[in-house]
Amino acid sequence: MTATVPAGTRADSSGASPVQPGAAGLAVPAQMSLADAVEMGLVAAPGSAGSAGLAGLPVAPGHISITGVSCYYGSHLAVADVSLEVPGRAVTAFIGPSGCGKSTLLRAINRMHEVIPGARSLGSIILDGVDLNGSGVDAVAVRSKVGMVFQKPNPFPAMSIKDNVLAGLIIRGARPRGSAADDLVEQCLRRAHLWDEVKDRLKKAGDSLSGGQQQRLCIARAVAVQPDVVLMDEPCSALDPISTLAIEELMRDLAQDYTVVVVTHNMAQANRISDVTAFFSLAQAGQPGRLVESGPTGDLFSAPKVAATRDYIEGRFG
Amino acid sequence: MSQTTMVRPAGGTASDKIDPAAVLAASRPNLRRRLTNQITLGVVILAVVMTAVPLVSVIWASVERGSARLDVALFTNSMRGVVGQGGGLLHALMGTLLVTGATALIAIPLGLSAAIYLTEYGGTSKLAGLTRRAVDIMVSIPSIVAGLAAYALFSLLFGPGTRSGLAGAAALAMIMIPVVVRSSEEVLRLVPADLREAGLALGAPRWRVIRRIVLPTALPGLTSGAVLGVARIIGETAPLLLVAGFTDAMNYNLAEGRMATLPVFIYTQWSSKGLDTAAYDQRAWAGALVLMAVVVVLQLGARALPTQIAKIRRNR
Ligand SMILES: Nc1ncnc2c1ncn2[C@@H]1O[C@H](COP(=O)(O)OP(=O)(O)O)[C@@H](O)[C@H]1O
Ligand SMILES: [Mg+2]
Repeated sequence: MTATVPAGTRADSSGASPVQPGAAGLAVPAQMSLADAVEMGLVAAPGSAGSAGLAGLPVAPGHISITGVSCYYGSHLAVADVSLEVPGRAVTAFIGPSGCGKSTLLRAINRMHEVIPGARSLGSIILDGVDLNGSGVDAVAVRSKVGMVFQKPNPFPAMSIKDNVLAGLIIRGARPRGSAADDLVEQCLRRAHLWDEVKDRLKKAGDSLSGGQQQRLCIARAVAVQPDVVLMDEPCSALDPISTLAIEELMRDLAQDYTVVVVTHNMAQANRISDVTAFFSLAQAGQPGRLVESGPTGDLFSAPKVAATRDYIEGRFG
Repeated sequence: MSQTTMVRPAGGTASDKIDPAAVLAASRPNLRRRLTNQITLGVVILAVVMTAVPLVSVIWASVERGSARLDVALFTNSMRGVVGQGGGLLHALMGTLLVTGATALIAIPLGLSAAIYLTEYGGTSKLAGLTRRAVDIMVSIPSIVAGLAAYALFSLLFGPGTRSGLAGAAALAMIMIPVVVRSSEEVLRLVPADLREAGLALGAPRWRVIRRIVLPTALPGLTSGAVLGVARIIGETAPLLLVAGFTDAMNYNLAEGRMATLPVFIYTQWSSKGLDTAAYDQRAWAGALVLMAVVVVLQLGARALPTQIAKIRRNR
């Protein structure tokens, strides 16, 4: 299997060898949280213009450089040596047969992978100059910068719709009140294309909505903590076609402000919504998943470089 | 059926006649099934009646023998200086409320903490296994042994023979803690794992996710488990007889002096009757009636609480 460098998204050489943390030229001292690093001006604030790519070329804020990432469950190697550039403020789709480690890699990006007992990941995941996977970086701080939307909509049933949007703040012990809270709720619900449907029943329970609405509520909840990246793991697979269309539209819209990474098993969806597609596969069940190729979605779908990619896209396996 | 009729030779002879033996053979399994059904139903109804008889008879007996003393004085008087008629169980009712309240204050935080540890942190670790084993053993500790343990502890701490409401609460807590641990653990396990994941993914530390997401989600079940735990210990007699002791007078101080409780009140009215035995009998039955009413209210509360909490949340 060959890991091909995506065309046009980076100027680096082939990323097969793991780059050490801090290799982006911005040495962040160990034991420093992402937020601290940003505060002290050591790294560009996420979202600010002017952060530089590896070769000094400007890249969009929210750019993620994944280099030599391997993920383990105990001693089981689930994802092997993935190097991939995820462009900022764009939609990147992860596709591939089930079991090839798409979810695992996605969860490694916001350090949710290590929540599973015995799970760990190696390699570096550099977001705007900070290695999210670095030893001194606080996983909790990473997750407030890299949000996540899950396969099954999971609003908090004990909270109202409004409180679900504010959940990120509420969980951290804040008590958002008054017009500032109302404004944030409206802004996030509008962002998630849900405002008009729920504005009259914000006090109703979060799980009183339809599946598609619940998923959009989860998106509103994720963007309310002002992340730079929104990860989505098959966000439409539990939804009907109409709701799916609404979420797809929303994903395109979100890419204006956030880096969106979406796992999908729906080729047509990947083709419709993503700017960059990464195709993962595995030799056989039980073998580690690997990145086969990645590149601009149009190129990858019209002229895949690897035969396995073409076979998968054309539905010949997986 | 229609098919078999069709293949029969038209205008046949013997095959057209009804064979009674064949009909009987065909219907027999049906008959047997119906009979089995009837018998099973009968047995079940009998079992239900046999279960209900003691309950109904206990309620009936208490009402019949205790209602004579279900007066205002029962709830406004203690037994201080009473020999024969009159008196009340206010001191025992207050004692039960105080001791039970103190027990709940000890047992609910401890039991809930243990359950949180077991479901959220312990996993399959050695300490978690040990905790589970300890809870299993605590569940089966005879209540009189819990009483003796509390007696020994308070004798060591505050001098031999110390009796107090607090000592009673300590003994009852030993009985209630495993009940709370088990019910809470069960309820916490019902909270979907993806809610915890969603909380963590919002960038919150684990303990905050437990505090703001897991516990509120489990709240209806947790409260009903706690109330059932209270119902479990509120009728305990043996340990209280040992360590809380008995008194005829009011005592609002949990930390000092003997404190009467409803079960012990019933027991002493019954076991050490004065000359006017009827008066003591009536007080014992009236006490039983009050205690049963408290337990029934708690049981109903435990049932109603989850739906009530859900309703309040919906209508917020
Ligand atoms: N919680 C887990 N514990 C152990 N192994 C896991 C766990 N989750 C996933 N795996 C393994 O990791 C590999 C990749 O799984 P996953 O990332 O879910 O694949 P995908 O999302 O592409 O279908 C699979 O072999 C799977 O068995
Ligand atoms: Mg998956």
